[in-house]
Amino acid sequence: MFTVEKIRADFPILTQQINNQPLVYLDSAATSQKPQSVITATERFYTQQNANVHRGRHTLSEQATSAYEAARDKIARYFNVQSREIVWTKGATESINLVANGLSQQLDKNSSIVISPLEHHANIVPWQQLAMKTGASLHVLPIQSNATININACVKFLKSVKPTVFAITHASNALGNITNLGPLLRTVDEFNTITLIDGAQSAMHLQPNLQSLDCDFYVFSAHKMLGPTGIGGLYGKYERLNSLLPNQTGGEMIESVSLTHSTFRDAPGKFEAGTPNIAGVLGFAAAIDYLNSLDKVAVHAHEQMLFSYAMSKLNNIDGIKIYSDIDSNIGTICFNYKDEHPFDIATLLDGYGVAVRSGHHCTQPLMTHLGINGSVRASFAFYNTVQDIDAFIKALQESIALLD
Amino acid sequence: MNKTFKELADTLNNSPAWQQKYREIMLLGKQLPAMPEVLKTPDALVPGCESKVWLYLDFDLQENCLVIIGDSDTRIVKGLLAIILSLYNGLTPSQVLAINAFAEFEKLGLISHLSPSRGNGIKAIVERIQTMAKQKSL
Repeated sequence: MFTVEKIRADFPILTQQINNQPLVYLDSAATSQKPQSVITATERFYTQQNANVHRGRHTLSEQATSAYEAARDKIARYFNVQSREIVWTKGATESINLVANGLSQQLDKNSSIVISPLEHHANIVPWQQLAMKTGASLHVLPIQSNATININACVKFLKSVKPTVFAITHASNALGNITNLGPLLRTVDEFNTITLIDGAQSAMHLQPNLQSLDCDFYVFSAHKMLGPTGIGGLYGKYERLNSLLPNQTGGEMIESVSLTHSTFRDAPGKFEAGTPNIAGVLGFAAAIDYLNSLDKVAVHAHEQMLFSYAMSKLNNIDGIKIYSDIDSNIGTICFNYKDEHPFDIATLLDGYGVAVRSGHHCTQPLMTHLGINGSVRASFAFYNTVQDIDAFIKALQESIALLD
Repeated sequence: MNKTFKELADTLNNSPAWQQKYREIMLLGKQLPAMPEVLKTPDALVPGCESKVWLYLDFDLQENCLVIIGDSDTRIVKGLLAIILSLYNGLTPSQVLAINAFAEFEKLGLISHLSPSRGNGIKAIVERIQTMAKQKSL
């Protein structure tokens, strides 16, 4: 049974007062809050288990290594892939950079890279750099003026470009729009395209089965899925993953080293030079345990209910313009009020204890595409309530009254 | 600028609810004289802000005082700018250096707007004004 009150009791931060008002946290797209079990797991590592992994034969080190590798198995099961296909990174940004840099020897001036205007800067800039380094051409998927994807038009485009690399988001961080990946990925299959999916926003909300999604790479950040900051990962289909060049070299990623020559381990080891973020990995594993303990269907239904409820309330306010797709969304609403600056709206909402994001959300090309400089973004997670939405709408109406 | 800092501080301190305080701040922004478009050069744009903030700084040699003109595309930042201007505009370098904007904002209950995380550029503006005052007082 999914009871939101019971869920909220697991998240210590949610009982806070902000500016003398109960916290209404609507910024989960930036980072999710953490359940007590994640906090405890991280703390337990340092108080009881701290030792380096894959080094040394003493008891603590062996226990730490087992827990660390069990975490990898856990993440792999969550996405229905093999453990050796998971690489630990700092997060989605590092994962994309790892792939883009790792491909530098596989692309040349005849190669082509396709991205979309929906992307976070983290899924644009590394590809621009790769194109510059290799001479590959960079192409942009033609999306519609409202930022939704017309599948037929995009399929046609992909067929004409026959991309070497195709990188696209699973769910837009600014809008919450879910990309219908199936037909796009099936289209590029015949061109042997290397596909990368930015899963930063979808990893928690959509819990994708990566085997059936059938992409080559999928990147994610733990902190957007209840886990700690500074840890995340890269999934790569093993052959593709192992064909990448390592970004960093050093200890632990090698097989043998002489003073003039070294050989590297196979993936995932060769991408994990140096001592990893062990506490982060264990906290992440606790986050996955927590997500697994929830009734997935009920959680999804609750998030969708909050989203439609907030959408209908916002639509009733004169002067609100919504940019998010209502039909296929993870629970994020991007909006503006008349010509008011999102910064002013967000600052006033903060006075009411309501946390939202304002600005360009690291998606300047998308904002340009929509013809705006920025927006206010309210993003929901399963620990939000109908009362949160009511408090948000009331605060918004009062903020608007202050501005008008 | 028609209001002195003292008058302005009194109005803000007499606003019991935070909403009223913000209303006053936005009103101050509205009353700020428009910044001539030609002064809104890339150099005048304060970098790293979520909102657009322009600051034009000049020094009047004859009067030995700082000339400060500013603007922002957000109402709240523009109002905060108006407060900064009323603190510093037209003062001599030594007078500028004697004023601690952080202490004044603290007294007004607006110190959070000078925090590094706000990204509203107010902190950077205060620093630019202080830097010029230091240079000119040498």
